[in-house]
Amino acid sequence: MRRLLFGVLASLFAGGQLMAQAHVGQYEQADIAYGSTLYATYCVVCHGESGDLFPGVNLRSGVFRHAASDRDLRGILLDGIPGTTMVAGAYEDAELVALIAYLRNMDTEIGGVALGDATSGQALFAGKGDCGSCHRVAGQGPRFAPDLSDIGAIRSASVLSRALEDPHGSTLPMNRAVRVVTAEGTVINGRRLNEDTYSVQLIAEDERLLSLDKRDLREYTILTAWDLPSYDDVFSEEEVTDLLAYLRSLKGMN
Amino acid sequence: MARIALLLLLTPFGLHAQVSFERLLNADDEPHNWLTYSGTYASTRYSLLDRITPANVGELELKWVFQAQSLEKFESTPLVVDGIMYLTEAPNTAVALDAARGRVFWDYRHNPSNLSRPCCGRVNRGLAMLGDTLFMATIDAQLVAIDAVNGQPVWRTAVADPGAGYAMTLAPLVVKDKVIVGVAGGEFGIRGFVSAYDAETGEEAWKFYTIPGPGEPGHETWEGDTDAWQHGGASVWLTGSYDPDLDQTYWGIGNPGPDWNPAQRPGDNLYSDAVVALDPDTGELQWYFQFTPNDDYDYDAVQIPVLADIGLETFSSGRQMLWANRNGFFYVLDRTNGEFVRGEPFTEVNWASGLSESGRPIETPQPPGETTYPGVQGATNWYSPSYSPRTGLFYVPAWENYGSVFWPEEQEYQEGLRFLGGIPGTPIPGGPNVPSLRGDRINNWTEAVGTGAVIALDPVTGEHRWKYEMTDVTTSGILTTATDLLFTGGREGYFHALDAVTGDLLWRTNLGGDIANGPISYAVDGRQYVAVAAGNGLFVFGLRD
Ligand code: HEC
Ligand code: HEC
Repeated sequence: MRRLLFGVLASLFAGGQLMAQAHVGQYEQADIAYGSTLYATYCVVCHGESGDLFPGVNLRSGVFRHAASDRDLRGILLDGIPGTTMVAGAYEDAELVALIAYLRNMDTEIGGVALGDATSGQALFAGKGDCGSCHRVAGQGPRFAPDLSDIGAIRSASVLSRALEDPHGSTLPMNRAVRVVTAEGTVINGRRLNEDTYSVQLIAEDERLLSLDKRDLREYTILTAWDLPSYDDVFSEEEVTDLLAYLRSLKGMN
Repeated sequence: MARIALLLLLTPFGLHAQVSFERLLNADDEPHNWLTYSGTYASTRYSLLDRITPANVGELELKWVFQAQSLEKFESTPLVVDGIMYLTEAPNTAVALDAARGRVFWDYRHNPSNLSRPCCGRVNRGLAMLGDTLFMATIDAQLVAIDAVNGQPVWRTAVADPGAGYAMTLAPLVVKDKVIVGVAGGEFGIRGFVSAYDAETGEEAWKFYTIPGPGEPGHETWEGDTDAWQHGGASVWLTGSYDPDLDQTYWGIGNPGPDWNPAQRPGDNLYSDAVVALDPDTGELQWYFQFTPNDDYDYDAVQIPVLADIGLETFSSGRQMLWANRNGFFYVLDRTNGEFVRGEPFTEVNWASGLSESGRPIETPQPPGETTYPGVQGATNWYSPSYSPRTGLFYVPAWENYGSVFWPEEQEYQEGLRFLGGIPGTPIPGGPNVPSLRGDRINNWTEAVGTGAVIALDPVTGEHRWKYEMTDVTTSGILTTATDLLFTGGREGYFHALDAVTGDLLWRTNLGGDIANGPISYAVDGRQYVAVAAGNGLFVFGLRD
């Protein structure tokens, strides 16, 4: 009975209809705590302390590529994911309940970030914040800045909160601006998408996807800071928690 | 016409299929073959083949590809014996194929027990051969002998209990009539060992515990009246080397457990993070040298012991062992007795300020929350280095600018469960805790958290001769050749040929997948090939006909 209820909640959640905080309280605190010790024992070596060690997999996000329901999660834990290093484990029932409770609450457990009202957050995003003038969400808006459609699935609440509090200092390595001067002297400002020893792939300000040979460039600089607006005086503390709740609700098309 | 080619291909097999110990000893006399994991007993990964040169390396073209059916990391180094290649596909399938065409003769699949608990993927690094038998060490801690002609199993011996966290990922080493292996499981509180089996019967010949028991010398380095030594790890997951003149076999030993909480195992924790020299007939310890006593950081000494005589007679016997360690220091040891000759960091190191006269680190632990260099995956790791007697240089696959924050934690041992004692984290708040165990095709982070390099070291002076930097880290081994070519790959999927003297890039190609084994070279019918794995395939290159 209990498990069935979880399943229903989880699939609603995966459908993007519930806010992040809807899960808090659905799992026993004792299970969450036990799950956290099990996580440290079985999972941390691969997934890392904050569950985001594998590119594209963020266990804290509440959205899983291979699972919608708690029952799916149970299947993953027992059977592993064939063709990947995600291993099968012979867990007992109590361990499974605990691990899943922890996975579902990992973000709050780790981050301790307060989330407000997502609907108000959405209004602030479109209105006072004017975030949409740079960010694209669900197909609306420009593409030069990171698309935020699934930001709630790939970043934890604490990372998002830092992005709002300190837009200059918090740029993650994967959002670096690059400045390029071609052999002909053309200056291109871009956001780096990918890089290797010999080449760099970027999206330019005009939204062109470019792939450039580094040795052909007169200049190639990775900038650590963007020229971004500060929201220090724009939002109240409560409004920041609303924005966070909205960002956390952005889980992509799942 | 076709039939003639077939005959030519078949005749040499009949004559040479037997790989005697004599042949293993003199592997340098037949550079067209690759008879052991590291090429020769000295483990220099230096090939005497000379058809491919700096002048013609630009003409290399793809000859064939072998696509593994397994999606695990391809860490296997193939053997090549008289035109036939033997390799493993993860987890434990042995495959024999035509080394000139890539067509498969047979495959043998060992289905590992699902009790097995590998820490880091169900990988396998390759086979060993003696006579016409191949030997495979499996992820469920079995040693399997396989008939090299028809791929049928000959015997199978249980080396350890997979349910208790024991596993094997290494290619075995054959010395005389014995097959030597070691066990992985350093993240599961095992008690590590190296053990040898009769190649004919699979019967255990000896077993050397890498953690001495009560009454044995070294046991006192597991201080206090606890059972820490019984769960102290010290695994062995990479193939050793052998010096026939000294009749010693050398093995690098893994981290003590729990990995990140040294307070739970006071003392030096012998022989964790050490190299041991063993008598290959009895397993008796001849000497040891410990790189990282009472390790806080998971700095396994699981690297290939490279045996080179670099002419440091004034300091030692003239028989050296070169060792770039996961802990960031490069060491020269006297391999007759394990004495420390010299050593210095080869990349950023801040956990120790240097080495004492006896080679013991002068430790400078970082305050809690501060970044320790190198990070948890190490300044290098199991990726094979190479030594070229022609250039006199030692080539190391290295991770640079790479650190971790270590958070030790008390942990109780429970059989079969991970026994780690904490968690290493990223120095960038909210940033990616990478490079992770597996590479990714999108890399827009590693310049901030760790980059790759091939470092050419002069082992006589410790000086860096040159460095070839990569944006992503590297998990590829290195091969050098008698024409001063250096072949290596990296996570980006590029396969490079560098000038071994200068480090200049001579040729590269994009293979589109993580390169996580070591390239090898061999020849069939006078044609030289270079083989390297990338992603889930083995790619074989040769000169244009
Ligand atoms: C040996 C390494 C390893 C261990 C140990 C491990 N995982 Fe995984 N796990 C992976 C990998 C790799 C993936 C990603 C598979 C893929 O490519 O989609 C994964 C995927 C997952 C997923 C699915 C993520 C998604 O987006 O669908 C979940 C959930 C998960 N792991 C939970 C756990 C838990 C809980 C534990 C501990 C009980 C654990 N894993 C232990 C390697 C590991
Ligand atoms: C002037 C253009 C601009 C405006 C306006 C703007 N942003 Fe950004 N934002 C960026 C750029 C560029 C980045 C990537 C660099 C960085 O992370 O610092 C970014 C990064 C972010 C990130 C981190 C993304 C990640 O991958 O972790 C979040 C979250 C974010 N912005 C939210 C907002 C919100 C909410 C607003 C409105 C209150 C806003 N931004 C307004 C340009 C803008």
